[in-house]
Amino acid sequence: MGRRDAAVTNATRAQRVDGAGRLLRSLAVGIPLVFLIVVFLYPLASILITGLSGDARPLAAFGDVFAKPSLRGVAWFTLWQAIASTLLTLVLAMPAAYVFARYEFPGRSLLRAAVTIPFVLPTLVVGSAFLAVLGPNGALGIDLSSTIWAILLAHVFYNYAVIVRTVGGLWANLDPRLEEAARILGAGRWTAFRTITLPLLRPAIAAASSIVFLFTFTSFGVILVLGNLEFRTIEVEIWRQTMSFLNLPVAAALSVLQLVAVSLILLAYSRYQERRALEQSLAPASSTSRKPQNAREWWVVGGTLSFTAIFLGTPLAILAERSLRFGGEWSLAAYTSLGDGADSPLFVPATRAIGNSLGFALAAMAIALVVGILASTVIAYKRGAVSTWFDLLLMLPLGTSAVTIGFGFLVAFDSPIDLRTSPILIPLAHSLIAIPFVVRTVVPVMRTIRSRLREAARVLGASPLRAWREVDLPLIARSGLVAAGFAFAISLGEFGATAFLVRPDRPTLPVAIFRLLGRPGELNFGRAMALSTILMVLTAVSIMAIERFRVGDTGEF
Amino acid sequence: MLSVDRLTVELHGNKILDGVSISVADGDVLAVLGPSGSGKTTLLRTISGLQQPTEGTLRWDGEDLSVVPVEERGFGLMFQDYALFPHQSIGANVAFGLRMQHRPLEEIRARVEEVLDWVGMTGLEDRRITNLSGGEQQRVALARALAPSPRLLMLDEPLGSLDRALRERLIVELRQLLVDHAITAVYVTHDQEEAFTVADDLLVLRDGTVAQSGTPEMVYRRPADEWTARFLGFRNIVRARVIAGEAVTPWARFNTTADNAEHTFVLPPDGLTVDPDADLKGTVVGRAFRGGHYLVQVAVPDGPTLDVEVARNAPTLGAEVGLRIGSVVAL
Repeated sequence: MGRRDAAVTNATRAQRVDGAGRLLRSLAVGIPLVFLIVVFLYPLASILITGLSGDARPLAAFGDVFAKPSLRGVAWFTLWQAIASTLLTLVLAMPAAYVFARYEFPGRSLLRAAVTIPFVLPTLVVGSAFLAVLGPNGALGIDLSSTIWAILLAHVFYNYAVIVRTVGGLWANLDPRLEEAARILGAGRWTAFRTITLPLLRPAIAAASSIVFLFTFTSFGVILVLGNLEFRTIEVEIWRQTMSFLNLPVAAALSVLQLVAVSLILLAYSRYQERRALEQSLAPASSTSRKPQNAREWWVVGGTLSFTAIFLGTPLAILAERSLRFGGEWSLAAYTSLGDGADSPLFVPATRAIGNSLGFALAAMAIALVVGILASTVIAYKRGAVSTWFDLLLMLPLGTSAVTIGFGFLVAFDSPIDLRTSPILIPLAHSLIAIPFVVRTVVPVMRTIRSRLREAARVLGASPLRAWREVDLPLIARSGLVAAGFAFAISLGEFGATAFLVRPDRPTLPVAIFRLLGRPGELNFGRAMALSTILMVLTAVSIMAIERFRVGDTGEF
Repeated sequence: MLSVDRLTVELHGNKILDGVSISVADGDVLAVLGPSGSGKTTLLRTISGLQQPTEGTLRWDGEDLSVVPVEERGFGLMFQDYALFPHQSIGANVAFGLRMQHRPLEEIRARVEEVLDWVGMTGLEDRRITNLSGGEQQRVALARALAPSPRLLMLDEPLGSLDRALRERLIVELRQLLVDHAITAVYVTHDQEEAFTVADDLLVLRDGTVAQSGTPEMVYRRPADEWTARFLGFRNIVRARVIAGEAVTPWARFNTTADNAEHTFVLPPDGLTVDPDADLKGTVVGRAFRGGHYLVQVAVPDGPTLDVEVARNAPTLGAEVGLRIGSVVAL
């Protein structure tokens, strides 16, 4: 082949590649965009319209929310329990953040991973576990269910890891010599902490607190199980107004108010995140921790770890223990009766719920991966405004409560096409919740490759396509697996949106647990505990699988 | 006066310091010189109270310090990479120690102004510390350590992260500052020149033990052993048997005052001269221009390769030269 022929071939190939590339790029922007408009923005708009147009008088529903004492009470309770939960979590988790950041001890990395387990557990499992410990006939012998304490403790249990990971993460990178310098300049232990360490930790404390506040502000499953409808957050009230009173306008008004509140919290959070990214004299974590040196330090470490282990371990252990007891004896009755159909209060054998959940989770995972990875390529590879806006748009579902999403689906897919009984709505809702996690897992990996590794491959003689295949693909594939694990686990445990969309004869695991908990009888309670245990194990397995595929420390979760 | 007696520190089963005794008279500067890992930083941390000694005593003017917590010792420590408080301004950093002493606000302000003036940072109280250069950070850290008028100032490789030119200038300024204000100080470094410049007394630390102590001149003139000599930068170290004032090696003879026995000798590079008439012959195998002089390496047949300082007209590579051995140091 002559040189000219080769040039011509190269030109056509370039054209072909260019054409295919353009199609790929428009699909990468188009699919996630259409998905978000149909599945997210349209339902939100429907909520707004429902809220505005419910009564003869426009805005009547909003007026109701402010006028009715019971609804005002719900808003007030939502706020104060979130503040109390956040403060209590901070107080109880700060010692553990300190110990994990500053001391080396056997099993540290294993324990730090274990602390994260409650955070990834489905809310229904957490609710069941606290019912098993603090409920009627609970392991502690005191019935705290239907008191605020059960709710607050469950919230602390659930969010403990947020403080330990976020505050502890910054603490581990804080140069201990700063505090030592203060000591030498005459500050006592407490003064040095107050004047040096605490101000430096403030961005992390603020960021972690806003996350905990957000989670507890929109708490649904835990309150539903432990609060017996005597304590109701806005989330619970939206569900109750919809399912019990069919008062859609009020539910919609509540959803809008909650969206506004959540947006404000997220705004505060992102402000703190930005400030955290600013300067600071940081040291590598490996240089800031050491073995405990004297008896006092061993007591601090031992005491904190024992508290952590007991506080986080007991509810889960008792949950499993309760599932194995029937009639005061060890028994597998709760498990063996899961297959019973006729007398089951679920209308179908409880085992069916396991199958349903796995099926929904696989479907949700597939949708979340396709949409999430396409969106990630846009965010990671495009520069400027498109990337920024896409990033922001895809994060919005994260700030929208699951209940709002479920409720939005319910009002949006009613007419002109009634999809409310279609089984596709559940995986769609779940994937919507999972997509921000997929994006946040994959994008950082894509960005790191982009800057350095691919250039190295190019310099070593790889063509652009070859470089992408040899370098990008294997790494993205790994982060894709991590994202898949997240999506799967999120879908398995999702309850808030599912509660609106589920059909009575097609319960998911969390829905089955919730229904069983609402029925009398020891066997039903045992079954709920058994299903919770199964759900806990399934979640733990998918999360542990994630840890295996994680590429270093990349990804933000 | 600081006196440290037979100090031993064990960390995770390793003896970081092993029986170290030092004393620093009021107004004196003690330089602790040692390679990395010799226990220098641990020594400072122990004196300051950040590290508990396993054995040994620390005294200030006879008072036992073992029961005195860090913040009440009244010592100052300048950390290796300064440990400036990133959330505070220059002024707030410098004022920290004074605030801990609950001094009146007006007095604090005056003192901060004064010490910033000492270190050449006059009027920069309100600047953030995050945008400072290495040299400026070093000055602020020094000011912060000096502000509360510590009884003892400890400096941990204070110039370690600065470039050479800046280091050479600052070390002279630092010495002047310590002398002018009669500050009692312990200065830790791995750099001989720095130690020689700043010190009234010198202590060489090796693997947690004192290898040698004395005035800088004493230590330089008479290193205690071969390790110390090599650490101080001497490379011509030879073994010789002395018979009646003459040291004998298989390849050379030279005069010495050492007694009749086997000895280790240091031949300082400026004690060797190139002399065509000398009996000792060798080949030039290396030649480096060092600014003020040349450092020429001469390989002696069946003998060592010797470093020789030559002021000008250095022989070229491969040349045959004669070497005359002048002053030598017996270890």
